[in-house]
Amino acid sequence: MTAFIIRRALQAVVVLFLTALIVFLGVYAIGDPLEILLPGDATEAERAQVAASLGLDQPLPVQFIGFLTDILSGDFGRSFVYNRPTIDVIFERFPATLELVVTALVLSLLIGIPLGLWAGMKPRSAVDETIMTGSILGFSLPNFWQGMMLIMIFSVWLGWLPSTGRGDTATVLSIRTSFATWDGFTHLILPAINLALAQIALVIRLTRTGVQETTPLDFVRFARARGLTERRILLVHVMKNILIPIVTVLGIEFGSLIAFAVVTETIFAWPGIGKLIIDSINALDRPVIVTYILFIVTMFIVINLLVDILYSLIDPRIRVRQP
Amino acid sequence: MTPLLEIEGLKTHFPTANGVVKAVDGVDVTLSKGEILGLVGESGSGKSITGFSIMGLVEPPGEIVEGSVRFKGEELVGAPRERLRMLRGDRIAMIFQDPMMTLNPVLSIATQMIETVQAHRNTPRRQARKQAREALARVGIPSPDERLDGYPHEFSGGMRQRVAIAIALLHEPDLIIADEPTTALDVTIQSQILAQVQKLCADTETGLIWITHDLGVVAGLAHRIAVMYAGRIVEHGPADALLDDPRHPYTQGLIGCVPAANRRGEPLDRIPGTAPAPLNRPEGCAFRPRCTRASRTCETEPHQTRDGLRGWHCFHPVAGEVPA
Ligand SMILES: Nc1ncnc2c1ncn2[C@@H]1O[C@H](COP(=O)(O)OP(=O)(O)OP(=O)(O)O)[C@@H](O)[C@H]1O
Ligand code: SF4
Ligand SMILES: [Mg+2]
Repeated sequence: MTAFIIRRALQAVVVLFLTALIVFLGVYAIGDPLEILLPGDATEAERAQVAASLGLDQPLPVQFIGFLTDILSGDFGRSFVYNRPTIDVIFERFPATLELVVTALVLSLLIGIPLGLWAGMKPRSAVDETIMTGSILGFSLPNFWQGMMLIMIFSVWLGWLPSTGRGDTATVLSIRTSFATWDGFTHLILPAINLALAQIALVIRLTRTGVQETTPLDFVRFARARGLTERRILLVHVMKNILIPIVTVLGIEFGSLIAFAVVTETIFAWPGIGKLIIDSINALDRPVIVTYILFIVTMFIVINLLVDILYSLIDPRIRVRQP
Repeated sequence: MTPLLEIEGLKTHFPTANGVVKAVDGVDVTLSKGEILGLVGESGSGKSITGFSIMGLVEPPGEIVEGSVRFKGEELVGAPRERLRMLRGDRIAMIFQDPMMTLNPVLSIATQMIETVQAHRNTPRRQARKQAREALARVGIPSPDERLDGYPHEFSGGMRQRVAIAIALLHEPDLIIADEPTTALDVTIQSQILAQVQKLCADTETGLIWITHDLGVVAGLAHRIAVMYAGRIVEHGPADALLDDPRHPYTQGLIGCVPAANRRGEPLDRIPGTAPAPLNRPEGCAFRPRCTRASRTCETEPHQTRDGLRGWHCFHPVAGEVPA
């Protein structure tokens, strides 16, 4: 296990280095930060002075090394807009996104797995057809349209749920969360559902396919021959085999959801990092954009590592043995 | 005394898009306590489906359309699902052909054995584990306590089949149906397992149906042999009588397929032709297209001729001719 983690850590370093390089070239070298930092009527002398103070007069490789050293010392720069360290701005917004995404994933498992099992056990029945048609809908509705419909129905017509913002939050175990207050909870419902619908559809399909691929296998028949109940066969024997693809796919989806919760956060004015990045792009707040990209890449690396560990817990065949 | 198992006129059919596959088409079998029956036939003759029918494990759309299966006098055809579940793994156990596939790859051996114990008894976990360990020891698995925490992929094919046998023996069943359990294993392991199962069954007076396509395997094992062809038993009787003096031409052909010590080097006699496709069986005797003794009479269904403990379905039996 230790060797495995060291190998993965080395891979992570390489990936992060490459990301930093690409980000640097993309954002720092191609655009000109002076255009933004200086007023339009600045003189040549002023330009040269600012360029020198920022190190922009140095050759590109030197600038890159400077950029790397800053990052390594934990200095990701200051936001132009908020005039605070970018890392603080991102970490302030991240919990809101994380809360939204985790709620959506939990919803997709709680709803998707039972429906998928139900459909998978009765292939081509009316239940199966209904669930599968529903899941196609979940996949194909455009996210923004679906979000606006949710607002129309539940906020505008029925008036049951609030449509924008995060509502009241409270701190539980030093985590600020919407779950702690009823107001916060009601604010969370619509955006979480909006984000979850496609995931529910995905989990239904994965589960259904898994059931259909697993139930004809000999070990299921042998489990029956041993006198196990259908319930145990489905919930333990079949389920544990199905969890392998579900964990893989949801692991990948988790990262994507955080990175691309943008649409949902925009529609519901959810104060997460998706909304932050859109605002930052509009305001050309480069330090925030750079930090955001590095942050997201790091997150993907960590998630992949966690998925691999989870994986080996579920599937003994790939369990990494102690040397 | 009621026999352990009585199967009468069993028919298990599978409706398919191209017609009804009559996998089992009128099978009669009787087995008494502690008796070993060899169920022999070519691939596709319906041996496995016969086994699954006894267990109530025929998968839809297949179903038992006719006949009865009585286990210790109790009718199993049409019995409630829960009743069948309670019998399975407890009084009737089954061992499958491919040991690579019969254990769940993601659950430990301990989990799979303990759940089998607990499916039928309210045994505390610790006690169930002890039972599992003893069962593994009984089938000759070294250091059973350690192996119990292993996973199927850590066992060789032969060892996995031993685990499957240990599981089948957990509740000391009255009947074990072994569906070609040694076919996938190499010859030495095959004979070890064969000897072991024979001994275990003799010790506990367990009835055993040993399914195989190889007459040679059951020759030294079974008390009685039933030969299956195209969904029916074409000949059955005490092993010695059937092997020394077969009456059905198909049985005779199968005996020709068994390599005998004194015939080493000579090519085996093969039964000419192939088994009929299940959807396209000939009228009357299904063996007719491959039979050298066939006549016009054989276009009608041959009924059973009984002779003491044995019986066969043939109009022109191979009476008293000892195969060369
Ligand atoms: N689910 C099914 N649908 C349709 N036909 C089936 C099904 N299962 C089995 N059959 C048919 O039933 C017949 C008997 O099958 P069975 O598995 O009992 O043969 P077998 O004697 O055990 O052969 P083998 O030695 O290959 O295991 C075969 O012709 C097979 O094609
Ligand atoms: S009944 Fe006729 S065809 Fe069938 S085995 Fe006997 S002799 Fe051959
Ligand atoms: Mg078979």
